[in-house]
Amino acid sequence: MQRLLLRLAKFSPLASVLLLTGCSGPFSMLDPAGPSAQMVVWLWWGMFWFSVVVMALLCWGWWVAMQRDGRDVPQEQAQRKLHRWVWLGGIGLPVLAITLLLAFGIPFGHRMLPHPDENVVRIDVEANQWFWRVTYPDHNIELIDTIVIPVSTPIDFRLSSTDVIHSFWVPRLGGKLDAIPGRTNVLRLQADEIDTYRGLCAEYCGTAHAFMKFEVSAVSEEDFAEWLEAQGADHE
Amino acid sequence: MSNARQLHEAFAKVWDNLPGWGQLAAVNHTSIGRRFMVTGGIFFLIGGIMAMLIRTQLALPEQTIVPADVYSQLFTMHGTVMMFLFAIPILEGLAIYMIPKLIGARDLVFPRISSLGYYCYLFGGIIIMSSLFLGIAPDSGWFMYTPLSSAEFAPGPGSDFWLLGITFVEISAMAAGVELTVSILRSRAPGMTLSKMPIFCWYILAMALMIVFGFPPLILGSVLLELERAAGMPFFEVAGGGDPILWQHLFWLFGHPEVYIIFLPAAAVITTIIPVFSKRPIIGYKWIVLSIILTAFISFGIWVHHMFTVGIPALAQAFFSIATMLVAIPTAIQIFAWLATLWVGRPSYNLPMLWVFGFLIVFVCGGLTGVMLALVPFNWQVHDTHFVVAHLHYVLIGGMVYPLIAGLYYWLPHFSGRMPSLRLGRWGFWMTFIGMNTTFLMMHLTGLLGMPRRVFTYEAGLGWDGLNLLSSVGGFIMTLGFGLVLLDILLHFKFGKNAESNPWHADTLEWATGTPPRSYNFASLPEVSSRHPLWDDPSLLRSIPEGKHALTEIRHGRRELLGTEAISGKLVSIFHIPTHSWWPLLGSLALALVCVSLLIRFYPLAIVGCVLAAVFLLRWSWENGAHPKMAPPTPYDHPELPLHSRTFDGPGLWGMIVTLMANGALYLSLLFGWLYLWLVAPNWSMPDTSPLNVPILLFSGVLLSAMVFFYHLQVRLLKQSYDDGLERNFWLIGFVGLVQTALLVTVTALAPLELQESAHDAVLFVMLAYLIFHCGLGAILTLMQAMRVRLGYVGSAFPYEPIVLRPWWTYTLGVFWSSVAVFIGLPMVWG
Repeated sequence: MQRLLLRLAKFSPLASVLLLTGCSGPFSMLDPAGPSAQMVVWLWWGMFWFSVVVMALLCWGWWVAMQRDGRDVPQEQAQRKLHRWVWLGGIGLPVLAITLLLAFGIPFGHRMLPHPDENVVRIDVEANQWFWRVTYPDHNIELIDTIVIPVSTPIDFRLSSTDVIHSFWVPRLGGKLDAIPGRTNVLRLQADEIDTYRGLCAEYCGTAHAFMKFEVSAVSEEDFAEWLEAQGADHE
Repeated sequence: MSNARQLHEAFAKVWDNLPGWGQLAAVNHTSIGRRFMVTGGIFFLIGGIMAMLIRTQLALPEQTIVPADVYSQLFTMHGTVMMFLFAIPILEGLAIYMIPKLIGARDLVFPRISSLGYYCYLFGGIIIMSSLFLGIAPDSGWFMYTPLSSAEFAPGPGSDFWLLGITFVEISAMAAGVELTVSILRSRAPGMTLSKMPIFCWYILAMALMIVFGFPPLILGSVLLELERAAGMPFFEVAGGGDPILWQHLFWLFGHPEVYIIFLPAAAVITTIIPVFSKRPIIGYKWIVLSIILTAFISFGIWVHHMFTVGIPALAQAFFSIATMLVAIPTAIQIFAWLATLWVGRPSYNLPMLWVFGFLIVFVCGGLTGVMLALVPFNWQVHDTHFVVAHLHYVLIGGMVYPLIAGLYYWLPHFSGRMPSLRLGRWGFWMTFIGMNTTFLMMHLTGLLGMPRRVFTYEAGLGWDGLNLLSSVGGFIMTLGFGLVLLDILLHFKFGKNAESNPWHADTLEWATGTPPRSYNFASLPEVSSRHPLWDDPSLLRSIPEGKHALTEIRHGRRELLGTEAISGKLVSIFHIPTHSWWPLLGSLALALVCVSLLIRFYPLAIVGCVLAAVFLLRWSWENGAHPKMAPPTPYDHPELPLHSRTFDGPGLWGMIVTLMANGALYLSLLFGWLYLWLVAPNWSMPDTSPLNVPILLFSGVLLSAMVFFYHLQVRLLKQSYDDGLERNFWLIGFVGLVQTALLVTVTALAPLELQESAHDAVLFVMLAYLIFHCGLGAILTLMQAMRVRLGYVGSAFPYEPIVLRPWWTYTLGVFWSSVAVFIGLPMVWG
């Protein structure tokens, strides 16, 4: 079914819009497959519906205001009305929205950070114009534009760059982080399902920026261990 | 009526521009404002054509119409042109055109600076655009992130075009910032206290001050990056002890305030139009003023929200996230004030109101996604995707272009004396509105589906295809809409009905300047006792040209304004301002020569250009005060109101102080860069002992302190009308100043600075160059004062100019000792 829709989408913009109700796609952040991406999707839909309500109320207010003749409202009454609106809508509404956003956003953001964790797997990613060199510390493995990770395990990607600024992003797993010359940034991601996820460079990095993509294969923990051993052995 | 005509002819003789080629020497704010707006409009069309090329390339997946290298030039130039050559200048132009008319003045206080600003904008814009036609345009994105824009990764001249051209254009922004601030504060109609100022002026005052503090970080950043590219100084290069993230900080320290520099004047238009068409004064004037001030302050504390994916400590990200969300409060207050005004009025549908309506919807959408983007975890996902592209176009088109067009239609009768066509205008609006939403509403979804920005093509089947096609179709509909608006405006010059003198029955004084306006705006300057002068006294429309109010004397041939106190609007003096002048054109041509010769790396020519520019600009400053071309004494001088050059206070002094505030922002940016690199740059290294010859440096500082003290003494004596020995003492100060500057040059020359290996040494060098410039210029200006004393332009009867120069010396002394403390002392203590 989904494939059919995808094929339709190629031909018809309308179908593509319909497809959005599914929100899927290899780079879709609305189709999460890891805890970080999942939390962002919750945030997004919460913010989206909140915004729709605010927008609808404001549009309604403008519509009414445009229709009516309020010139008979005396000045003091107009001032009082304004004060009420400013306190409720101008100050109250944003404060409420900000409080809600922070109440969810700060704990969520905190949980996405790379806190110390015994189970974490460390992978070094070095960005280059225009490819990703992936190495596994303690193993003599080097991959280009491909990453193999164990499923349901927190991964710390240690990002660096040899030339310009790039940005490492696997939309279905979580947010992006820049790879900057001279420093190492650590991005924590986790895949909840065995699958292959696509990633790309999000920061403009030169003419081949559009092609600087990579794949992340999440495999079972056993397969990962086996793979590590096999690959490591190959290189020795 | 004949009285009005006689008065008009006498004023026109003094105020009209020179005919023919003499138009190039025009300094009049109406002319300059129009030129800014027309030039900005042309750049808008050029930027729009680039957007269409981008949308053509992205319409279908895997297209090869535009190759990658051309595409990168297109998106870089689209952003650059729209931001720096369209949005900011056209709004500056609007402010330059409107402000004197709204505050009841005849011109801005520094007309020659208006002209200089325009030419710097025009020449800078032409230089930048030429790169596109030569196929060597900048291609690193409009925020020029280094190292991608550095000599190593962008070896062609593209980045140089950007850095030099934009810095050149920015002279015009700084010029507008300074003159608008001083004009609004010091040349309002008598009686117009700050709280009776039209709300438009509050917005522009905030914008102007934001320019003053917001642009210097970018100017410094551009200078440093150009020095890195041309001379190898490693400010942003990790190996040499620099850091590429410093560029991002400097850029966004400018870049975020800049968004509000664009939004505030646009909101000013909205706040002006809504009450006029609601037939009721704006409700909540004080709330709006408070919001403007809050917006201006908060906008300087949120630049890091452009950098959430850089890897900045989480606590700092949380701080900047909250600060960003707080901007929603002043914005929401304004929205409810607008809404309340509509609510208690009788809104009428009219072309300007249609665009106001479009603004409200589109801008609020953009604002809501803006709050979303401020939430750090969400930002990590959508940053650098088409979601951001959609957001920024919603706020910029909705928050700037719509209000601009609303204002254009509103003031069209003022510009041309004719009314626009309702039918064509409606078509233009609806096509633009529908096209704009089709393009960018879709783009939010494209971004959520993972499409990054700045990709020149994309694979088929990722879910992006249909959305991109829709966006492209919408883009073309929007273009047609803008085309209709343009057509409407062009046609109205020929077919528009003649406008009455106040066609919308507005409340503010600009409608009393004539439609189209007279070169001198007001033949007589009225007192103002309310925020709505034309509503309270519609007879002003007649009594002003008839000369029933103040300052109708013109036989002296001077252009004059009323000088009032900053807060109370109390009348204190008459400001005499210059007439048409060729110096701004010559000065900016010399600066253009500098710019071009730096571009082609032909440095001898650059030095010639610098010398020429200095000569022209100093020669310009010569025509001031009692100089025969400015304001020599005449028999018609007002007996009770002195000319400002005969007093201790005037626009020049205020201009000097505001310029020094901008200068201080530049210096603070340099200090920030120094401390940032010291604390953060991975390979920063500081030598154990200062490479500078500290004894000579300290000696020159003592000399400078003594000179500045002596200068202050001169000014104090002058204020007591005591000018014996003034000339001699100025010669003395000037020559000692030259010696002191020479000492600083010696310190720099003696120091074993490794400019290409060490960011530490390179920053030190920039600091020394900064001090040398300030000391040297101070000395030269003081020598010129000595000469002016000899010629009788300065003395106890004309004490003004040494007072204007005094803050320069005080500032120079301040930055000297603070530099010694922070660049030399602090490393010794902390080292």
